[in-house]
Amino acid sequence: MTTDTTSKSPEAAAVPPSGPAPVTKRVPQGHKRLLTRRDRITLGFMAGVPTILHVALVWVTALASIALAFTSWDGIGFDSIKWVGLDNFRQLFTDNPQFWPAVEHNVIWFVVLILVPTPFGLFLAVQLDKKIRFSRLYQTAFFLPVVVSLAVTGFVWQLVYNPDTGLINSLIGANKPGHYIDWIGDPKLNLWAVLIAASWRHTGYMMILYLAGLKGVDPSLREASSLDGANEWQTFKNVIFPTLRPTNTVVLVVTIIEALRAFDLVFVFNKGAQGTELLSILITNNIIGESSRIGYGSAIAVVLLVISLAVIIPYLIATFRKERQA
Amino acid sequence: MRDLSSSLPSASRRGVLKGIGGAALLGAGIPLLSACGSSGSSSDPKTVSVGSNDSDAVPKKAYADVYAAFQKQSGLTVKVNTKDHNTFQEQINSYLQGTPDDVFKWFAGYRMQFFAAKNLASPIDDVWEKIGGNFPDAMKKLSKGADGKYYFVPMTTYPWAVFYRKSVFAQHGYQVPTTWDQLVALCKQMKKDGLVPIAFGDKDAWPAMGTFDQINFRLNGYDFHTQLMAGKAAWTDAKVKAAFDHWAELLPYHQDGFMGRTWQDAAQTLVAKKAGMYLLGTFVAQQFTNKADLDDLDFFAFPEINPAYGQDTVEAPTDGFMVSKSPKNHDGVVKLMEYLGTPAAEETYLKGDPSVVAASNKASTASYSPLQKKAFEMISGAKTLTQFMDRDSRPDFTSTVMQPSLQKFLQNPKGVDSLLSSIERQKKTIFASS
Repeated sequence: MTTDTTSKSPEAAAVPPSGPAPVTKRVPQGHKRLLTRRDRITLGFMAGVPTILHVALVWVTALASIALAFTSWDGIGFDSIKWVGLDNFRQLFTDNPQFWPAVEHNVIWFVVLILVPTPFGLFLAVQLDKKIRFSRLYQTAFFLPVVVSLAVTGFVWQLVYNPDTGLINSLIGANKPGHYIDWIGDPKLNLWAVLIAASWRHTGYMMILYLAGLKGVDPSLREASSLDGANEWQTFKNVIFPTLRPTNTVVLVVTIIEALRAFDLVFVFNKGAQGTELLSILITNNIIGESSRIGYGSAIAVVLLVISLAVIIPYLIATFRKERQA
Repeated sequence: MRDLSSSLPSASRRGVLKGIGGAALLGAGIPLLSACGSSGSSSDPKTVSVGSNDSDAVPKKAYADVYAAFQKQSGLTVKVNTKDHNTFQEQINSYLQGTPDDVFKWFAGYRMQFFAAKNLASPIDDVWEKIGGNFPDAMKKLSKGADGKYYFVPMTTYPWAVFYRKSVFAQHGYQVPTTWDQLVALCKQMKKDGLVPIAFGDKDAWPAMGTFDQINFRLNGYDFHTQLMAGKAAWTDAKVKAAFDHWAELLPYHQDGFMGRTWQDAAQTLVAKKAGMYLLGTFVAQQFTNKADLDDLDFFAFPEINPAYGQDTVEAPTDGFMVSKSPKNHDGVVKLMEYLGTPAAEETYLKGDPSVVAASNKASTASYSPLQKKAFEMISGAKTLTQFMDRDSRPDFTSTVMQPSLQKFLQNPKGVDSLLSSIERQKKTIFASS
């Protein structure tokens, strides 16, 4: 049996013969078995190792952090974990002056991304789709911010916004005492300043998504609508845009994710100081450090998780329903 | 395809079970691993290991010289394990619980006492019997844990003070202010003369802590300051309110737009003679790259507010060494710590890094620059030394509560009352947690 296994195994594993019959039941003879012992061991490893890793690194940690949200722990020794019930959440909702601003800013982040760069990205995509001259060049230029790491984006925009030596204040002379614009520090300005940087990047991302969507639009639809005498705007509104529906769903999900995971840009910009607080930054500030508040930070993380689930579950339900109907 | 997937569930179910088992093992394994590690590996009686956060070239080299001198004297080898200093600080927690080096670099103050109280450091009273004579009383006080035992050997320190340009003061005929009223009057005058009275940048959120510390201990004294920082005094106390009121009085003379400015940029306004004064640690001198500018730089102690306390407290963050909870080479550790506590070790270090001053008052000051000499005198003359808000208090409290709160105050000095009660509520839960 062993010799048989070794000689046959690669072929058998790679190309399983179609047809349900020989597989579902265990066939006693070695050479007829679809998966030899070695195959099964290999498969077991291939499925088992990632599963172990996934469970350990995703599920166990996620569940552990949910459990820790109900405790107080400074990260020193497991015996110092103390059960505090809903205390962390009570503190978070009532005593933490940064929590509600953070939630609000995450929402603002989403609203701005969906209202400003998304339509703008669509606009650019429609223009580029017309195969104008230098189309490739524009495409590259608009997409470039997406390629650059957000941390780098943060540094670059800091140079633009720096109140003393930055580009804007130097140009408009707003770096003198008396008339001073503090783009990074002023809580009424700094969130919008970061959002401009975030939008600058997001536009390119949206453009590429829509461009891909537009490439998929059947050209005969355009022809038909122009034969019917529709002008360009009418064609877009009544014919093209409705066909972009799947793309719109993707765009919506991507934007929600971007809004919830917003972190790096702000962290580089001003570490989430007054006016730019975000949930992700509060989590980091509480968990990382020499005497961390792991329980409290986990509680914030659970809030973020609940918000994410509240958004994702309806989406998944809708998607699965559609698949079942199809 | 279908047949393959039908055979899979059992495998993946097994995988899940294995995964759970594996994860449980992993979870249990971490403390186990760290427990066995400390007894194993190198328990060579000829070496002492040191965990260091001196990842910058200058201190790294300077400490290497110190260890080389120790090796020559004692015949013991020092094995240095250097980590990036931010990473070192962020991981100190798990580092000390795992398999730490025998000796590790750390900060004086509450930050040291915290780990001492958690039994993650060893008391070193035996070392201090030998080196006690090398340090002023204020340094001795700084090296003790909450239980009264010694846990720390200080190496280097630097004071916080008000920096100014001699030439600017001479040009306008300013006098160094020694009282609060003189300080406010000087600020007014500077504003009239077209200067920014006080340079300021709080983008990194910690510089504001320095201003609060100065006003607080000048007004309320060292003891109140330590009690407040240790979470014992209430932030709603009228004394704290008074400190914020003083600060609010000074705030209009601070540089505009400080929330978006780093301390380096703020220092540049002093370099450019656009600002009259700057309250910071002596590291501000790093920004004076031109020799002539540096020679023009001087400082004075923050003016007196309450005559009962005068100028007897100096904020002097101090760096030094601690011993981990179960060092592998105890005798070697004692020898190394004793050596680090000698004036000779500090002199060797300062030869390589002249940006700070020696913690010992026995170390020679012959090679000091005028600025260093003045800093050294200020520290050795102090009755009490504070560290800095984030070293005198729980770092989790200062970073998650005080940094945003002080920034909030700077934005809106009128909302102090509600701010202070919010700080107090948050403080209670943090200090109660462990």
